[in-house]
Amino acid sequence: MASHEPEAIKGMPGKRYAFYPGCVSKGACKELKKSTETVCKHLGIELDELKEAACCGAGISDDVNEEMTDALNARTLAMAESRGLTLLTQCSTCQGVLNKINKELQRDKKKRDAINEILEDTGYQYDGTVEVKHLLWVLIDEAEYGLSRLKDHVKNPLTGLRVAPFYGCYILRPSDDLGFDHPHRPTSLDELISALGGEPVDYNGKSKCCGFPIQFMNPKNSFAMAGTHLTSAKKQGADTMVTPCPLCHLNLDERQSDAANVLQERGKLSGSIDLPVLHVPQLVALALGYTPKQLDMQTHIVSTKHVENKLSGVAAG
Amino acid sequence: MAEVTFRIERFNPETDSEPHWEDYTFEPKPGSTLLDCMNHIKWYMDGTLTYRMSCRSAICGSCAMKVNGGGQLVCNAQLDDHLGCHVEDDRLITVEPLGTFPVIKDLVTDFTPFWERMHAVEPYVKGTDYEDGDKETRMSPDDFSKIDPASTCIACGACYSECVSFDMDKKFLGPAALAKAQRIVHDTRDHETQERVERLSEEGGMWDCSHCFACVQACPKPVKPLYRILELRREADKLGVHDNNGSRHARAFVDIIEESGWLDEAKLPLKSVGSLQEIMTDLVPMGIKMWLKNKYRPNPFHLLPGMHHPEVPKMNEVTKIIEKTKHSHQK
Ligand code: FES
Repeated sequence: MASHEPEAIKGMPGKRYAFYPGCVSKGACKELKKSTETVCKHLGIELDELKEAACCGAGISDDVNEEMTDALNARTLAMAESRGLTLLTQCSTCQGVLNKINKELQRDKKKRDAINEILEDTGYQYDGTVEVKHLLWVLIDEAEYGLSRLKDHVKNPLTGLRVAPFYGCYILRPSDDLGFDHPHRPTSLDELISALGGEPVDYNGKSKCCGFPIQFMNPKNSFAMAGTHLTSAKKQGADTMVTPCPLCHLNLDERQSDAANVLQERGKLSGSIDLPVLHVPQLVALALGYTPKQLDMQTHIVSTKHVENKLSGVAAG
Repeated sequence: MAEVTFRIERFNPETDSEPHWEDYTFEPKPGSTLLDCMNHIKWYMDGTLTYRMSCRSAICGSCAMKVNGGGQLVCNAQLDDHLGCHVEDDRLITVEPLGTFPVIKDLVTDFTPFWERMHAVEPYVKGTDYEDGDKETRMSPDDFSKIDPASTCIACGACYSECVSFDMDKKFLGPAALAKAQRIVHDTRDHETQERVERLSEEGGMWDCSHCFACVQACPKPVKPLYRILELRREADKLGVHDNNGSRHARAFVDIIEESGWLDEAKLPLKSVGSLQEIMTDLVPMGIKMWLKNKYRPNPFHLLPGMHHPEVPKMNEVTKIIEKTKHSHQK
């Protein structure tokens, strides 16, 4: 790897984060955690992993038990608070779930007291002082890491690579609680792609649901959602798609052939889709000079060869 | 105030084969709402522009349309708050008819699909029997607070405009109708709670919502349909309506957190689907694909009954929280 100077940013405010990796990055999307750690190490962003934190519930456990979900997440927030750090996620869904309960606990003292009572014999108490941020926001926000600093580290600009940003749900809505991007006209991923030297592709559906949450309840609709966004991006000439959420990745990548089948059944597609889908830190790491192999891109279900070829100047196949 | 351009999607079925955009550039009065701007265009620039409006006070629900890409009311929205959304021109506002409903003309859409779904949930109290001579049924403030948010729906349809589940599949009841259903399910005067919750657990009901927050974003009132749908799901869990993939999935998720503190992604799908066929035709091929690519290779022993993957460190703290928050019906 090219030498770099994390020293240059040592002492920058907010450069150390309480890191909440999320379950999926320790299971079916291990390549995400590896890539995030690679990028952060390279940039001098220090990650203090919250190894004892429980699952955020992914917006599912509160279908059954809201109180348990809130209390487990309050414990996670309290862990970051006791370290005096901002909580960093690499998953839109973890971010959304943690931010929702965080905002509620910050607004509502009565609720905070009730939850703190549940936490009592765990040794944790939450005072509502933590901020929850997604890696994407940290990379963009000049008050955190910032694109101008990131640009200085780009070694292999993604020249000519047409990247479709897939925002999905949890990183955008409800915007009152998040407030980073415009809920209907988001730009953060587009800005990141441009900063890395790539070309953002505009297409319908980039801020719609990927369908993952109903994969088992209504698989056809779930896959139709994924397929609709993927084909729409492909039609606009995308070489690849990038997502800030590993759950989206599970539908867009792992289920891409199922998505193609449903669209074919519904008469909306002939043939396959073949659109590689990258995690945000993978896209960043490619521009920083890492190889696809170092980012475990070969484990993706949809081959990422096309991205590799495009970046190494080989004619797209 | 500087000039603003409204780029409005126009469609007249009598003359147009397809919708097209038309631009209207003018200088709005300071403090204008978006509806003031629409009225300015209609009254002073182009009388053929067609849209619905009446109360101008976010009461009648007739003025919902898509602004800068998202469904919302225009009478309760300040123009200033909607400038600066378009990278190419920060004085541009785009206006389209609500998505997912058929367009009648310009910004006027056909609400038949909306009302069909509202009727389908039988949005009225059923089965109340009055005691002899008693003319009223009392409800405590606490009980009323459970149906208060959903009661504020003004049927503007903005939530359907943004609902991707409804867009994919018109069998889905959709956000406002499910919120209305919650309003009746939790109405203490209604006597068909169990039957309603069972019906609402079928295909097209509460479990077909993809939890995408689009309706929460679009809703101009405290209804926030997604949150009402979650209340329905918790009610279904409480009432023992468990025999469907949605309920199985959510319950399995909680079971897995109880076992180990974090999600076991191999176990969850196995516990979520209701038939061996789904396992064999869908999950096994998926698992093999992931195994071959070395994407995910779970330890098969962890899937055996009574076994689980390694616990998070300090699992005892997680267990304490779970014990304290377990509902009586889950114990
Ligand atoms: S005009 Fe009545 S709700 Fe807007």
